[in-house]
Amino acid sequence: MKNNWPLWEVFIRSRQGLNHKHVGSLHAADADMAIENARDVYTRRSEGVSIWVVPSEQITASNPDQKDELFDPAEDKVYRHPTFYDLPDGITHM
Amino acid sequence: MDIKSLQDRFQEKVDAEIKIEPRDWMPDDYRKTLIRQISQHAHSEIVGMLPEGNWITRAPSLRRKLGLLAKVQDEAGHGLYLYSACETLGVERDDLFQQLNSGKAKYSSIFNYPTVTWADIGTVGWLVDGAAIMNQVPLCRCSYGPYARAMVRVCKEESFHQRQGFEILLTLSKGTEDQKAMLQDAVNRWWWPALMMFGPNDADSPHTARSMNWKIKRFTNDELRQKFVDVCVAQAEILNVTLPDPDLKFNEETGHYDFGAIDWDEFWAVVKGNGPCNKQRLVARNKAHDEGAWVREAAIAFAEKKKQREMAVAS
Ligand SMILES: [Fe+2]
Ligand SMILES: [Fe+2]
Repeated sequence: MKNNWPLWEVFIRSRQGLNHKHVGSLHAADADMAIENARDVYTRRSEGVSIWVVPSEQITASNPDQKDELFDPAEDKVYRHPTFYDLPDGITHM
Repeated sequence: MDIKSLQDRFQEKVDAEIKIEPRDWMPDDYRKTLIRQISQHAHSEIVGMLPEGNWITRAPSLRRKLGLLAKVQDEAGHGLYLYSACETLGVERDDLFQQLNSGKAKYSSIFNYPTVTWADIGTVGWLVDGAAIMNQVPLCRCSYGPYARAMVRVCKEESFHQRQGFEILLTLSKGTEDQKAMLQDAVNRWWWPALMMFGPNDADSPHTARSMNWKIKRFTNDELRQKFVDVCVAQAEILNVTLPDPDLKFNEETGHYDFGAIDWDEFWAVVKGNGPCNKQRLVARNKAHDEGAWVREAAIAFAEKKKQREMAVAS
């Protein structure tokens, strides 16, 4: 018989002050078990202080084929960066 | 875009050391090669727990038992990281289990050798994990993102495995004559199978060039095997053991150790299922899988029931 435990994506906050970061996935019957399994699989050496688990099927990802349309528009907007602006010599604290 | 330009764009990325991620376009053969390699790797981690698990209850001290238990638990973790990386390529975990349990899938032949004495546990840590590390470190730079990331985690954990093995052997090397003899006997039995872990000679490894071109592989089998031999010689001296190879000799010209011919007939016999423990390993895997079936089913039933109860409360 097939094991129908759903797939979960695991995110770990490695210490206070940092974002949760994707570390991999695992199978579990429900969210509680997914947290417990994530503890054993991904934090055996104190790699985390907090765990998020998300059903993999709930994740919507951008399509890599549309990478250009999505991300190119940011590329020619140099005026979004501080170096675009001219300042006189000698000015400090800016 | 036509296939040819997709292929060109893929290879350009690989050449530029840009990682390939799960939803990116990739050639079918790249995907197939990775599925085969990553799943075999995962199976090896899982089957690899069996020869060592054999000694957990008989470890000679609490310190040794804790170390071995933690190592075997890590190997389970490695299997899970790798199965999860493999699933990003569009295969299902159950199909991978099915392939392992039916005997269709391969795993590293080294785990078809028995661990008959406590010295074998030390030697497995030293030589088998040592060879695995040699193979795995370059895989941290593999072109496929999820595999490379899994290997970074694995490699971080492996060095403790090798050290715990070496410490076991170092203790034996300072022990009684019987303990020293047990150590030498284990090294005699594991040395050649450990060298076989790197796979056939380059001349007999037809897919190496393609895998190197795809940057799945970074070094050939023979290159990695040579590195391994070179580092082991000095370590064997510290343990006061000899390596069972009369042809092992430093070559001033190449700066490497020359070593004798590997018995490839033995290698292929074990790959094809005729090693000392092939049957035993498959029986153990199937038994664990079958006897765990009710747990998997019960967990699903419990999760269902909880969900329904929550829905009833909500409505
Ligand atoms: Fe491992
Ligand atoms: Fe290991």
